[in-house]
Amino acid sequence: MGELKLMKGNEAIAEAAIRAGVDAYFGYPITPQSEVIEYLMAEQPENRTGMVVLQAESELAAINMVYGAAAAGKKVFTSSSSPGISLYQEGISYIAGAELPCVIANVVRGGPGLGTIQPSQADYFQSTKGGGHGDYRLYVLAPSSVQEMADFIQLGFDIAYKYRNPVMIQSDGMIGQMMEKVELADQRPRWTDEEIKQMHDSWAAFGKGDHRERNIITSLDLDSSKQEKHNHHLQAKYRKMEENEVLFEEINCEDADYLIVAYGSSARISMKSVDLARAKGIKVGLFRPITLYPFPMKQLNAYVGKVKAILSVEMSAGQLIEDVKLAVECNIPVKHFGRYGGMIHSPEEVLTALENLIKGE
Amino acid sequence: MDIKDIVKEENLVYSKTNLMTNNVLSYCPGCGHGTAHRIIMEVIDELGLQSQTIGVAPVGCSVLAYDFMNIDMIQAAHGRAPAVATGLKRTMPDKCIFTYQGDGDLAAIGTAETIHVCNRGEDITMFFINNGIYGMTGGQMAPTTLEGMKTATSPYGRDLKKMGNPLKITELIAQLPGTYYVTRQAVHTPAAVRKTKKAVFKAFEVQKEKKGISFVEIVSNCNSGWKLPPVKANQWMVEHMFPFYPMGDIKVDGHLVNSNKAEVKS
Ligand SMILES: Cc1ncc(C[n+]2csc(CCOP(=O)(O)OP(=O)(O)O)c2C)c(N)n1
Ligand code: SF4
Ligand SMILES: [Mg+2]
Repeated sequence: MGELKLMKGNEAIAEAAIRAGVDAYFGYPITPQSEVIEYLMAEQPENRTGMVVLQAESELAAINMVYGAAAAGKKVFTSSSSPGISLYQEGISYIAGAELPCVIANVVRGGPGLGTIQPSQADYFQSTKGGGHGDYRLYVLAPSSVQEMADFIQLGFDIAYKYRNPVMIQSDGMIGQMMEKVELADQRPRWTDEEIKQMHDSWAAFGKGDHRERNIITSLDLDSSKQEKHNHHLQAKYRKMEENEVLFEEINCEDADYLIVAYGSSARISMKSVDLARAKGIKVGLFRPITLYPFPMKQLNAYVGKVKAILSVEMSAGQLIEDVKLAVECNIPVKHFGRYGGMIHSPEEVLTALENLIKGE
Repeated sequence: MDIKDIVKEENLVYSKTNLMTNNVLSYCPGCGHGTAHRIIMEVIDELGLQSQTIGVAPVGCSVLAYDFMNIDMIQAAHGRAPAVATGLKRTMPDKCIFTYQGDGDLAAIGTAETIHVCNRGEDITMFFINNGIYGMTGGQMAPTTLEGMKTATSPYGRDLKKMGNPLKITELIAQLPGTYYVTRQAVHTPAAVRKTKKAVFKAFEVQKEKKGISFVEIVSNCNSGWKLPPVKANQWMVEHMFPFYPMGDIKVDGHLVNSNKAEVKS
């Protein structure tokens, strides 16, 4: 069993990054995730593993530092919150286009604009549908506990390198700020230069040896037919992720007449709502997508003919619900419930929404 | 005399730069970009740094530099090369990292990245191709465009009241403690090429010694953007660009050269 600690989500993700053998973190302070860089600066991982930590002058710079280090085959992690993630979008699009692996955490706060520093899930579209320009996808993980904040770092890097694709960990101010018991993984060594050469010599730009052609990291191809081919290649990769990398959880779903679909914090809250409903004799289950992209389409579609209606619960005005509807192809009635703008729904509010759904209101 | 009599060892005055690829340059005939590429690649070759060097070229006419420079290359977003180079250098402190940026790139959209990379004193080398215009996008006004200069977005000439002043970013970054060697050169004559080559050597040496930023501005022509044939463009550059962007060292060994100290005070 790994080391047990009581930690904030933001601290856990930072400590997990050190232990995952990450080479560099670049970031810029923004609430509610500044603890990530604060923890790293205090921890001085350069003394523990040689990991580099740098506070950039802006999110534009931070994401491009990520791009640079990732281009050399280095394991890079960064984190921010909604307004900062908006600034990341240009860089994320380049990273996706150039097929660079990295892990980006978004500790979401309410928007639009400067919004609020309170938790929200209103960046779902931005994470899953491509907030930057062009046809690209991020692999998006949605932790619903401090433990998952920590665990998804290693999982994120595994996927990022397997597919040479950026990975987004989308939590929110609640998961980032709350303290829970967390079991930390043991320290993994950072890759040596020799290991990086062995694994990534076919693409990474760390200096051209005589044994190979130069490596070029780019997303540009002025020849549209080649750019289309590159896009086909990206799409094939995304289809593979959809086929092989979907993660989800089902709680009390076997005998369910109704489903709540919710992720992250909303799933945490909805778990309690399921208990409250079950105590009242309502047979309801919780379906929790863990990957927001690829979304568990088939897995949710399997409930067609089994449940009478679905309540899609999220701290936004209705973004997740679009994927829920796509998944069930209009074969199950789906309703949205959620507080937003930084407000968090209570389990009782979710229960009331569920009861209204059942009554047909 | 036929060609065989001419192609002889003793008649060789110049050969193709080793570290330039065989791809046909995408630059307009007479453009300074090609010469600047060649000089940089010659120096990397002569210093034996090919396997140690990673270049970063952001958006601008030189966005395709990776087609021509036979080293590992990274194409960066407009203005962001200094941040990309920071990511590279921080994780590979012993590698040789350079950026190759235009004036629109380095002094407009990437001003923040430029100033902060210089202020942090990252151990990288920056090449700054100042042609006073946005070449790639068809000759729009750049931050470096001279007063009265006509461009696609200043068709009646740059009006300082309306459009702001030409920005001497090189003098500006020379003020920062993170910069160690700052110089302004050109590539329009053999003599200028030789001087630039020396500057490029020095710049890479400074990087090797990890003394902070080495920064080589190359004032260059943009025949297409300036709408002048190459020779006339070079004449125009000497007559108009050089008085405003004077040639020579601005900071050496971490110290401002005298003429620049005076200019900053006035
Ligand atoms: C974000 C973004 N904005 C605008 C552009 C369009 N653009 C491409 S190159 C360029 C100007 C380049 O000028 P400069 O840096 O001076 O390079 P030059 O072509 O003159 O060598 C612009 C505005 C872009 N590619 N990306
Ligand atoms: S547009 Fe100007 S800068 Fe670009 S290649 Fe042509 S002459 Fe050179
Ligand atoms: Mg220019």
